Amino acid sequence: MIRILRQIFRTGIVTEPLPDGASEVEVVGRRLEEAVMRRFRRSITIRQVDAGSCNGCELEINAIGNAVYNCEKYGIHFTASPRFADLLLVTGPVTRNMETALKRTYVSTPAPKLVVAVGDCGGNGGIFGQNYASLGGVDKVIPVDAFIPGCPPTPAAIMQGLLTLLDKAPAK
Amino acid sequence: MSLLKTAITSLPGQDARFLEDYQFPAKVAFCEVPLEKFTEAAKAMKKAYALLAAEWATDETPFGRGYGIFACYRWGSEYLIVKTSAPADDPAFPSLTKRFLPAYRFERQIQSLMGVTPLNHPDTRPWIKFEDWPSDAWPLRKSFDASRPMPRVEGEYRWIRAEGEGVYEIPVGPVHAGIIEPGHFRFQAVGEEVLNLEERLGYVHKGIEKRFESLSWEEGFRLAGRVSGDTTVAHSLGYCMALESLAGCNPPERAHWIRALFLERERIANHLGDIGAICNDAAFAFMLYQMMVLKEALLRTNHRLFGHRFIMDMVAPGGVSADIDASGKQEISAELDRVSKEFERLVTIYEENPSLEDRVRNTGILKPERAREMCTVGIVARASGLNLDCRIFNPFPPYDQYDRLELGVPVMITGDVHARTWVRVQEVRESIRIIKWILENLPDGPISAPLEKPSPDKAGFSAVEGWRGEIVYWLQSGPAGEMNRCMVRDPSSVNWLGLEQAIHGNIVPDFPICNKSFNQSYSGHDL
Repeated sequence: MIRILRQIFRTGIVTEPLPDGASEVEVVGRRLEEAVMRRFRRSITIRQVDAGSCNGCELEINAIGNAVYNCEKYGIHFTASPRFADLLLVTGPVTRNMETALKRTYVSTPAPKLVVAVGDCGGNGGIFGQNYASLGGVDKVIPVDAFIPGCPPTPAAIMQGLLTLLDKAPAK
Repeated sequence: MSLLKTAITSLPGQDARFLEDYQFPAKVAFCEVPLEKFTEAAKAMKKAYALLAAEWATDETPFGRGYGIFACYRWGSEYLIVKTSAPADDPAFPSLTKRFLPAYRFERQIQSLMGVTPLNHPDTRPWIKFEDWPSDAWPLRKSFDASRPMPRVEGEYRWIRAEGEGVYEIPVGPVHAGIIEPGHFRFQAVGEEVLNLEERLGYVHKGIEKRFESLSWEEGFRLAGRVSGDTTVAHSLGYCMALESLAGCNPPERAHWIRALFLERERIANHLGDIGAICNDAAFAFMLYQMMVLKEALLRTNHRLFGHRFIMDMVAPGGVSADIDASGKQEISAELDRVSKEFERLVTIYEENPSLEDRVRNTGILKPERAREMCTVGIVARASGLNLDCRIFNPFPPYDQYDRLELGVPVMITGDVHARTWVRVQEVRESIRIIKWILENLPDGPISAPLEKPSPDKAGFSAVEGWRGEIVYWLQSGPAGEMNRCMVRDPSSVNWLGLEQAIHGNIVPDFPICNKSFNQSYSGHDL
């Protein structure tokens, strides 16, 4: 136990400091916090859906929750159920085999709801394109409010993308 | 003569015909057998203690032939590919499932996507192909138009059922609770104990193998780098090495070494994440947060030095497209010193935590004999007593410098969650050491060599040790020297079978930690 405590104190807070440091993550995060507070009364809850990605985007979405980016600090939570979600964070390309599951997840999410497509493949199908098994971008299957490009987008880019959307979102 | 070659040539009737100038690299033996001798060849391989590495089919109608069915066997450092041919009008072949268990899914996949029937296969349900696909949709056939959307038809998937008093079923997925890939698991349980787990995968089938056929040789590595995003270096390396052997290209020494550097960095980053996530599934979140900080440090260094956090698209045909200079070497060296120090502290905490130990030991045991039957590879195999590692058995420079590098391969025999974690811990240490050694001894020179177009109707092969385990690529050139087939075998294609076995008799709440300790790829499996 003493080792764990020591390690915690030794590590300290690794979340990057708020501006004047002008780190990309923090600028995004701070503006995001304002937007979150205004639109979503302090917090938004995200349900992530992998609709066919290569897992690259999932790694980076996971990373926004690590101690360095610490998305929870800005009121961004991930939930296990679409029923509790304000926002669906979807990666693509949407496969034919995931189409039904994605639509059902969308229907299960209560309105008002937002959909953000993450990654180049979620945007337009990326290198996989459209074929018998891949339907292409997320907007081919459900309405999308914002796209976050990148292959995969960096955690900082994902935070930036969420912010862009929240500024545009109608008041809740 | 090699052991596997001897075993095949001793077949009664001496039907095996070895082709010298078809399969590259030349050290991979290649022979053809008549259709009726396909299972006998498998029997001979089984007797020689070989393992089945992969089984696949090709549509060879562009050459005026029928369908080719290939089985790739491995024994130690030897690979042998046995091919048989089935006529185009009645494509069927004798199943190998009774001899080699992983053929169970390989053959269902061949049937589903190529429409070549494995005779006497115990399970004729489609795999990856879902019940709502038209039954005559075989996308890997040349006659299939991949650009057309497929209609949906009525159909039903027959699940394995368990009946009896108190038996109930838990369906999970495809959309999972965490931020992970989709797949379906169906448990039959009594009380908390799992009687059976049936996996159903295929949700992220993107038509990758078909897509390869519409790309040029030079473009293919980018798609290979996206077969499984967490293994982007190893997959593009697998593709490039298969292509280079096919095209007779020898990348310069320095390129090989930098590839090894990328491969080991990918291994460390993923293992760190996994060790943290396994502990997190035992409710020890502290470890996840600590490990993720270390992983983030590595990814940022990758981004600064090589332009991408996962080093995506930096391994290219003929060499690499990112180099390292003196200051880069220094940065990596300093970073690894820091990471290593922190990592050792965390490992001590892992070892000394009794509540963690209680969860990871004796949980999710994959017995060595089972692991062998399933022909598992990589970390899963090494945690269950199988000494398999392509870096030793199928090395490229600098791994071939055994005496200088002294690469250590950790093997555990308990096969539980702890063993799979501990193999990762030891591999992180070893990879840190390898990277430092590479940085000290990195040869000078160019980092890329020109690639010529492959000649028609030849095949290239590669086996690369990614962080999950052995990745196999097999490329075949068509009549005009274009890509006729690209077969991808991610370690997940065999290791997923191991998870079904490991969960038997465990309690349902332990499934997440067992699954995480395997951490197999859905995308790499579904393709």
